[in-house]
Amino acid sequence: MEKIDTRGMSCPQPVLMTKNAIEEHPEGLDILVDNNTAKNNITRFLKNLGYNLEYKQESKDILIEARK
Amino acid sequence: MNEKKGIIIAGAVVGIISVLLVIFGNPVNMGFCIACFIRDIAGGIGMHRAPIVQYIRPEIIGLVLGAFIISMKSKEFQAKGGSSPFTRFVLGIGVMIGALMFLGCPLRMVLRLAGGDLNAILGIAGFVVGIFVGVYFLNKGFNLKRNYNLPKFEGYLFPIVNLGLFVLLLSGFSMLIFSEEGPGSMHAPIWIALFAGLIVGILAQKTRLCMVGGTRDMIMFKDSYLLSGFLAILIFAFIGNLILGYFNLGFAEQPVAHTDGLWNFLGMVLVGWGSVLLGGCPLRQLILAGEGNADSAVTVMGSLIGAAIAHNFGLASSPAGATTNGKVAVLICLVLVILISLANSEILISKKTLTKSRNN
Repeated sequence: MEKIDTRGMSCPQPVLMTKNAIEEHPEGLDILVDNNTAKNNITRFLKNLGYNLEYKQESKDILIEARK
Repeated sequence: MNEKKGIIIAGAVVGIISVLLVIFGNPVNMGFCIACFIRDIAGGIGMHRAPIVQYIRPEIIGLVLGAFIISMKSKEFQAKGGSSPFTRFVLGIGVMIGALMFLGCPLRMVLRLAGGDLNAILGIAGFVVGIFVGVYFLNKGFNLKRNYNLPKFEGYLFPIVNLGLFVLLLSGFSMLIFSEEGPGSMHAPIWIALFAGLIVGILAQKTRLCMVGGTRDMIMFKDSYLLSGFLAILIFAFIGNLILGYFNLGFAEQPVAHTDGLWNFLGMVLVGWGSVLLGGCPLRQLILAGEGNADSAVTVMGSLIGAAIAHNFGLASSPAGATTNGKVAVLICLVLVILISLANSEILISKKTLTKSRNN
């Protein structure tokens, strides 16, 4: 599965990176985030597109797994 | 939907508190204004000597401490920094110079409209145009690179500095300068102002309220979450102003405002554009600085310097209108913002080199 790393990027880069990546890989995407703002923004964006999301804690970061 | 309800309630509370602060003594349509209050603080510590805009505004201190306390509690506090700090510092200066051309940050722009000040419409038009231009560059790959985790103390310092400023204010330290007339002399009692700042700081941290983010996310992602907070502030401040009799519709004779439409417009183009590049409006920068973001703290310091420059060099507007120096400064800042936008996007540099430098 395609994976992007949005850690350390300021608003709205995490959502923008997700948007660009999901357009290229509509089947699904793994997104690494390091703060709740990015997590919530990406969640809102992908839920609106109809993706199912799962969250996994990876030490201090969170991996969002988005699947159609 | 619940999430959206939260930001609408937060916006409503911010709108109402902003009007209440006017009852308690703040200038009309200036219950909250991040740019004006940072400008007052710059004057209060003697960085500029404009006699009518000098005071230590406890609202600013409250915003930072509120965001700090709540982010510590929710474990969202993260000491981070290193994302093009000097570029952010310069953008902080530019945003302040634009805001002082218009006479208000995006938050006060909304409060001015809610008070019937129609000059704010020109400001909003410029703000939206600035956001559109900023979004154009975001879509062309503009970014200020990653930040990195830093020692916790780096994040504690900004709240500590704010706490120190509050202690200075309380102690009646005689080197602080307080206006005896003009907007700087009009203020709510210290503890009420601090409390108002704390409440808004907590709400803004929880909901990520951001005045520039609303329009930006609507344009980029058709996401109305932040915009609903923006609109809630407008509507509830409007209702509050109507009830309390502060509402006064028109262009002329508006409190702490001028009627030069073109420069109200251009000032806010600069604010909107610069804020999009920074990733958030001046309010949001304060909140982020409170939750440990050193880049945002640097941006706020840029704004503080910007305010000092604006008043030392006669750039800031007054109810008499915009100044020639101010107009030149706004144009210079717009050129700087163009350069920053071009240098950090993929228009001049190929995507490959940019990705390469990003990965290193």
